[in-house]
Amino acid sequence: MTFSVQILLLLLLLTTAAGAIMVKDLMSSVLLLGSYSFFLALVWAWIGAVDVAFVEAVVGAGLATVLFLLTLFGTAPKDTRLRRPPPSLTTLIIFPLLGVLLLYAAKDLPAFGDPNSPASVHISPTYLEQSYQDTNTPNVVTAVLMDYRSLDTMIETVVIFASGIACALLLRRQV
Amino acid sequence: MKIFLFCVLVLLAILIGAYLYRVLRGPTVFDRVLGLNGISTKAIILLIVIGVYFERVDMFVDISTGYALLNLVGALAVAKYLEEKGHS
Repeated sequence: MTFSVQILLLLLLLTTAAGAIMVKDLMSSVLLLGSYSFFLALVWAWIGAVDVAFVEAVVGAGLATVLFLLTLFGTAPKDTRLRRPPPSLTTLIIFPLLGVLLLYAAKDLPAFGDPNSPASVHISPTYLEQSYQDTNTPNVVTAVLMDYRSLDTMIETVVIFASGIACALLLRRQV
Repeated sequence: MKIFLFCVLVLLAILIGAYLYRVLRGPTVFDRVLGLNGISTKAIILLIVIGVYFERVDMFVDISTGYALLNLVGALAVAKYLEEKGHS
């Protein structure tokens, strides 16, 4: 039962992804990308990665659309009409081969939710068991991000803030 | 109850498919914008239903609230763009 909903969501995901690269102008492409990352957020929510779904919904579906639109403000109508040359023979051969290679590599990954996979026996149990006593934060991801790695997160925020200010200074006249 | 919620989930996903048809085919940009807005309203409900289905509503309400807020910003940006550039 859970499987079929996942298949349905992944089909919607594929449809929007194909639509985003096949429509004729950039504006429609941006809108389709917004719905694409929304479906991706639904897939994340469905397999239980709630925090990733939150970031995908907020950044992918919300902020990325606004940023793409800000870019489109600086274009002329003739730039936003897309002319696509047909793909070359090399592309048609190399990319399916790359896909097969990735699928072959994915065969070795541990199964979804496997309790004996290396990722869930190494250090995750320590965090899962002790983070509430250590930090009094009910959400483990927030505890790791904001308590155990708080300095790291703070400096990351400083970097993003500095780059945002630099972009605002550089693009001041256009936007 | 689980069966009922599951049926609601599938129905909402099919409804989203109907909106998606308009977004993909829509002859004008306005059709696409309206379709995207319809998708996002369905999506907010869908997130909450997934939350009830997994009995973790408290976390999923956060996602859908954040998505609803940012979706408003996105819709405003699209409207501003169309006002400035006209319908092309």
